[in-house]
Amino acid sequence: MSEPLLNIDSVTKNFGGFTALSNVTTEVQVGERFGLIGPNGSGKTTLINCISGLLNNDGGTITFDGHNLNGMKAHKRTAAGITRTFQIPRPFHSMTVMDNLKIPIEFVSGTGASQAAIAEQAMSILETMGMAEKAHQETSGLTQIELRKLELARAIAAKPKLLISDEAMAGLTGNEVDEVLEILISFNEQGMTIIMIEHIMRAVMQFSHRVICLDAGELIAEGKPDEIVKDKGVERAYLGV
Amino acid sequence: MIMRYKFEIGCVAFLVLAFILTQLGLNRFFFFAGFAVLQFIMIATAWNILGGYGGYINFGTAGFLGVGSYTSIALIQWSNVSIVPQIIAAAALAGLLGLAIGYFTLRLKGVYFAIATLALAIVLETVVNNWDFVGGAAGISILPTRKPELLGAVIVDRKIGVFGNYKEFLFFLIAGMTIFSVWVARTIEKGKLGRGLNAIKDNEEAAESMGVPTLRLKLIATTISGALMGAAGGIFPSYLTFIDPLTAFNLEFAVYSLAMPMIGGTFTWIGPVLGGLLLGTVQQVAIVTISSELNLLILGVVLVVFVTFAPHGLVGWFMKKN
Repeated sequence: MSEPLLNIDSVTKNFGGFTALSNVTTEVQVGERFGLIGPNGSGKTTLINCISGLLNNDGGTITFDGHNLNGMKAHKRTAAGITRTFQIPRPFHSMTVMDNLKIPIEFVSGTGASQAAIAEQAMSILETMGMAEKAHQETSGLTQIELRKLELARAIAAKPKLLISDEAMAGLTGNEVDEVLEILISFNEQGMTIIMIEHIMRAVMQFSHRVICLDAGELIAEGKPDEIVKDKGVERAYLGV
Repeated sequence: MIMRYKFEIGCVAFLVLAFILTQLGLNRFFFFAGFAVLQFIMIATAWNILGGYGGYINFGTAGFLGVGSYTSIALIQWSNVSIVPQIIAAAALAGLLGLAIGYFTLRLKGVYFAIATLALAIVLETVVNNWDFVGGAAGISILPTRKPELLGAVIVDRKIGVFGNYKEFLFFLIAGMTIFSVWVARTIEKGKLGRGLNAIKDNEEAAESMGVPTLRLKLIATTISGALMGAAGGIFPSYLTFIDPLTAFNLEFAVYSLAMPMIGGTFTWIGPVLGGLLLGTVQQVAIVTISSELNLLILGVVLVVFVTFAPHGLVGWFMKKN
């Protein structure tokens, strides 16, 4: 088996006396569609904050594509190939949709390119997301699904090797969930490794090659989607029985 | 072609106009008041680089101005250094201060950053109050050099100088410095640094996650902003000819430096220019016609009116109209 793209080794994160993550160990393979589930407060977002660099893990090691990420700043991790979306969309609200995408292109994937070339790249991403006609709109006028798509488009504009999607589908209707799933799968087919955090079980089970489940900061199950749904520990974590 | 360089042409035209004005033998008060207005524009422009583009509210303008002023004083006391090196040294020192303050406080967000910068101004004032070499709390008088020369030409002299008196010379000097500051701000705004700072203002964590080196950009902004404020302070002692810590570290500057961009509009370089022009002029008129104390009241009223009716400043208001 080839080297994993992301290796999470005994990662621990404390907030004061509260242990948000305790000895989490797992790995993500190149090209994998990796699902991350768990009840509210189980540490999913903390884990991806530790991976993307907004938080630093207190213990353990995270290795990505041969780089040890411990202590590395978030923007450097983005440059190394990790981007993430936010659970609650965080667009650059004073900019147009297009300008939102230009930021990661200018700072990461297309440094040194001309403004025209940057605009062209941003436009082509918006086209694949079906948002081309919104390019010059302010973000304040966007609907929920458009904000979610913008969040994904902006992350993809950095041309990541690993995309972490933090509840990109929360609050969307059934059809919209399918639309976002399709987008994610098409990017995966182009070679992007994707970690998906999701509460919508249908989506995460349909999407993932492999799923892990966190509960109270501990990894309680890991396996194929159909194994995970049958797992007693997962059932207990979600249903409390 | 001409359209492409219209900003640069405007800058040169303004400088030529400023120079012609100094040659007309106008009343000295015109240059005294004109200096104050231009200095306001410069301070507003410098403040806006960090505050307007990056969204970090600096309440320590007085600190940076004061460091600039007292750098000049210290150099005069030390060996009567002339005005241009005074200003350069003031800018360098205030820039370094900006870098240091940036490094220590930029991890603070929002109002906490503002409080830290306010504290800076007060601490520095206390230091100068107790430093006798530069006059201490009593202040110090500056005697301008007689017949200063630059490149063989006499700069200030009633008969043979380029400028007839010091007020005219300083007016022209600050006109040049203001134009330079506006050019710097505009260059930042139109470049990668400006776009990165805007992303930080909108959402710092998202900016960092999208590859923007947030700390580095903020440090560049505090350094440039601080240096320009320091330069505006460096010329101050020569203009006032007497300076004390209360004047150099006057907290009114903190209020003005954020009111001017807010009234003009913080998102583009024109905003601070308009705001500085408006508030500077109103202040000068108020000092002459009403009273020097009342101008703060006027400032307060103008600020409330603008925040209520034109939250994006004059520039935002005009853009909406069109």
